[in-house]
Amino acid sequence: MAHSTATAVTGKSVWDGGTSPMGASYGKLMMWFFLLSDAFTFSGLLITYGLVRSSHQAYDGLVSAFKFSTEYWPVPEKVFEAVPFLHGYELPLVFVGIMTFILIMSSVTMVLAVEAGHRMDRKAVEKWMLWTIIGGITFLSCQAWEWTHFIVGADAPTLVKDFVNGQWVTKEVYGANLHINQYGPQPFADFFFFITGFHGFHVFSGVLLNFLIYYNTVTGVYERRGHYEMVEKVGLYWHFVDLVWVFVFTFFYLV
Amino acid sequence: MAHHAHEPQVTVLPPDKAKIKKLWTVALYLLVITIFEFIIAFTVPHEYKQLRVWVFVALTIVKAAYIVGEFMHLRHEVKVLFWSILIPTIFIVWMLVAFVYEGIKMPVF
Repeated sequence: MAHSTATAVTGKSVWDGGTSPMGASYGKLMMWFFLLSDAFTFSGLLITYGLVRSSHQAYDGLVSAFKFSTEYWPVPEKVFEAVPFLHGYELPLVFVGIMTFILIMSSVTMVLAVEAGHRMDRKAVEKWMLWTIIGGITFLSCQAWEWTHFIVGADAPTLVKDFVNGQWVTKEVYGANLHINQYGPQPFADFFFFITGFHGFHVFSGVLLNFLIYYNTVTGVYERRGHYEMVEKVGLYWHFVDLVWVFVFTFFYLV
Repeated sequence: MAHHAHEPQVTVLPPDKAKIKKLWTVALYLLVITIFEFIIAFTVPHEYKQLRVWVFVALTIVKAAYIVGEFMHLRHEVKVLFWSILIPTIFIVWMLVAFVYEGIKMPVF
């Protein structure tokens, strides 16, 4: 095999010991396989969303005439159209676009930190890790705002039938939670909370890990160790979080 | 402090200009593709639902390939590692096909 090192004896496989057949350390490999399993978890959530959505009535009227109703699945761009400080303006998907931009940029600063680590450039690692942490916190703040807006609801209520004390009543509903939803069928709100929540929790863990790496860099742990491989491992995790967002963005917000 | 005497000598290498430029180029591709998705979302009418969905899925896969290949460096890893990560994702594709097929076939709500 092309990657076998000079220590490999002719006629001996790289799998016979003494070399790393995958050319990566144990920790890095385990991070890869963890991320693979995490990809299955997220796929489970997103695909179940697809299953439930495709078994609901789709909205087939004009998009411009769209109104919230529990009778059909909502058009996402009609749900997510608010931007902070611009109350009353219809700006479909603009805020999600900004969030996507923030996460992609923080992925770039992360990969720049990895590059600096390869060069043993402590100052540059510190700088780029700090930018990555700021990006992560900004994304989480945006999500907190988006959740608040989703829970509080639109200016006008939707009439929703609800089963209260043994009989059906029609209620005016603002916003959504896990048992009532003004935007459409109940599962729409449930999936919003579960999918973006599970992703958001990954971002939150990522920020904590990034901070740990930043702290260790500042205190010179990696410089004494002689390499910055931990930056690479946590970097893999951080890029994965960005990767998942790319899929959430498409399947939850665009389609 | 006493332990300072044991601090190893660190040689800081200069920035790899070509590599950094490559990374920013990838970031630019990702942003351009995302902007392109926005343009499609607001110019192609909703009546062309199938077309919209397929274009979005295709562009998403392109973005995923750039993130995993370049940012996560998988494209430049050893072949065994590359395929060990890529081949199991076949199960995700199968899960998607099977579940959405079921969803379309059997409306239960």
